Amino acid sequence: MSDVEAVIMSAIVFAGSAQFTAISILAAGGGAGAAVAAAALMNSRFLPMSAAVGPSFSGGPFRRGAKGQAVVDHSWALSSRGDGTFDEALLLGASAIAYCTWIGGTAVGALWGDTLGDPEALGLDAIFPAFFFGLLLNELRSRRARGVAALGTATALVLVPITPPGVPVLVASLASLVGLTKRARAEAEERQEAEGQPR
Amino acid sequence: MTIAGCVAVTAAIKAAGPIALGGRELPTWFTSVVILLSPALLAALVATQAFAEGDRLALEADTVGVAAGGLVIWRTGSIVACVVLAAAVTAAVRAV
Repeated sequence: MSDVEAVIMSAIVFAGSAQFTAISILAAGGGAGAAVAAAALMNSRFLPMSAAVGPSFSGGPFRRGAKGQAVVDHSWALSSRGDGTFDEALLLGASAIAYCTWIGGTAVGALWGDTLGDPEALGLDAIFPAFFFGLLLNELRSRRARGVAALGTATALVLVPITPPGVPVLVASLASLVGLTKRARAEAEERQEAEGQPR
Repeated sequence: MTIAGCVAVTAAIKAAGPIALGGRELPTWFTSVVILLSPALLAALVATQAFAEGDRLALEADTVGVAAGGLVIWRTGSIVACVVLAAAVTAAVRAV
């Protein structure tokens, strides 16, 4: 892949893990079909994420679908209000900033990557998991949330050695179905009603 | 070719939810599941990024770094300090 292609890919795919997955398969001699399939699996986690934000977006179906393109892990997690709704402006803003730095970063890496050294030596690969860990700890206020997080972690770790990348996270998202239990629904209803009251 | 394919599948996945849902009152069961989607997905992202290298489980420098970052956010509540320390510790462990 040429420098220009790498920057173009960042500009129009805008999903880091899927881009890395697709490129690593191409680099290993795999075909385009295999690379796209792996990228689709890697991005499959955006299916539950985009379904979750859908109702929080304003506008008609076309506009909502366009806004859905802005969904990435960190902006999705940041904009979650914790009551099942999302802050649309925060999500779009956080993604806009990330979009610019993502393309800029790809260009810098493509042009001067050889002189920058190994990003792993700087520990940069720990930034995203640490950031998500921080957001996660803020989510663990209820016992149910802690249980779901434990279930999601266990599911993902068990699946890592036996499924293609991307599948563990998608399947782990099913842990949220704990929310279908009667008590979870009753509490969600209370929370919704509390939100509806003027403060 | 690969880029075009990635664009198509990624756009379709991200558009599906907002196009299908929205502009209507949410049933309680949906809200209840969405509330728990954050801990489920974040936990899985942390686990796969900190404990896995490709398709194998591995305790490596980034695992130590992320754990250190977790300690910081637990004690101080600062997500910036958490991220900075996680990177620093990971780099330090790798350098040793």
